[in-house]
Amino acid sequence: MLGLLRRDLRLALRRKAEWMGAVFFFVLVAALFPLAIGPEPATLRLIGPGVLWVAALLASMLSLGRLFDADHQDGSLEQLALSVAPLPWLVSAKLLAHWLISGLPLVLLSPLLGLQFGLGSEALGMLALTLLIGTPVLSLLGAIGAALTLGVRGGGVLQSLLLLPLYVPVLVFGTGAVDAQMRGLGAEAHVSILLALLLASAALSPWACAAALRLALE
Amino acid sequence: MASWVLTAMDLACQKAQRTLFEGVSFSVPAGSWLHIEGGNGCGKTSLLRILCGLSPAARGQVLWPSSSPSSSSSQTSLSRPDRSVLHYIGHALGLKPDLTACENLCADAQVSGLALGREQAVQALAAQGLQSRAHLPVRVLSQGQRQGVALARLRTSPARLWVLDEPLVGLDTQATATARALLQSHVDAGGAVVMTSHHDVGLQGPGARLHLGREVGRA
Repeated sequence: MLGLLRRDLRLALRRKAEWMGAVFFFVLVAALFPLAIGPEPATLRLIGPGVLWVAALLASMLSLGRLFDADHQDGSLEQLALSVAPLPWLVSAKLLAHWLISGLPLVLLSPLLGLQFGLGSEALGMLALTLLIGTPVLSLLGAIGAALTLGVRGGGVLQSLLLLPLYVPVLVFGTGAVDAQMRGLGAEAHVSILLALLLASAALSPWACAAALRLALE
Repeated sequence: MASWVLTAMDLACQKAQRTLFEGVSFSVPAGSWLHIEGGNGCGKTSLLRILCGLSPAARGQVLWPSSSPSSSSSQTSLSRPDRSVLHYIGHALGLKPDLTACENLCADAQVSGLALGREQAVQALAAQGLQSRAHLPVRVLSQGQRQGVALARLRTSPARLWVLDEPLVGLDTQATATARALLQSHVDAGGAVVMTSHHDVGLQGPGARLHLGREVGRA
């Protein structure tokens, strides 16, 4: 399992353009909004958390297409399915690698991008925290979509249609937490629900992915 | 030597409502080989994938060599086989184009829970005549050289049963001879080889040929 994590991270380092694309997308979308909306501080503060969350969500979907695709193409997936280690464990390792290279950079960049929207330090901290909990959920849920649409022609569109409804709760509670924090209402409830979503998806997603991958291999 | 047997019982395969083959039964004991022959599209690859547990059979069962030494009373089992008992090389070789040949071998061994040092990996590649290619990314290798890297992986695998789809395709004369010697020594050492090939592989020792085709498969 560690071996697969190392392999995927090494592969990502050899192919920087692939994952950098999603990170650049996140930065660009977040940077374009203030330019388009105009310099009204109150408006920017209002839309900031939502814009950053939607940008992170779309960036995460952008990077999902490659998650199992390359392994499927070159036959590595067959070897993984035959591996001594259980497939759900291997999927978990792949997902961890995927989050480290495409989710974590978004979390780290979010406070910097939040500054453009005039968010206060508390809101910035809460934004980073919700993304830290939320982006793994996006990866975990997204992987199910990626596995289900593996090898399907035009799978990208289907994947978006499958995933967006599943992403809605993450988005609602992620932005809700930052909003509550900014209004001084306390964000514990929102964060707890995000954590619950993370635990539930971490417990279920690898098994669902493994089952979908076995079907894709048949 | 273990006395396990790979057994296929009355296998049938359907693709898109068309029966590719049915009533295929055979057994491959340790120390023997099975060469599956047949024209294009007659289901050779499908049969191999059924044998590996990657695809389900429309009908019939496959008994694989058992992976757990504890269940020595029954030498075969119905559970899904894994890489400790079975090594599969399909059309897609399972090599990562961006990793070097050597890294591919090491990463692959790690994924299946084996420890494989760089020296061992280079040795296995050298035995395939690929020493000078060991540190090149697989994406710059020729098709035959990639096949060679995939075959080098057999040298580092603990699996006693090899299931190979066209293992000699793309190999030059010398590499073909090396590959034949590799397969022969595996069979001689008590392993087993199940393969498809359009070439005459010329393996010695106990073995069988299975011809998949309408007239035979429908029998």
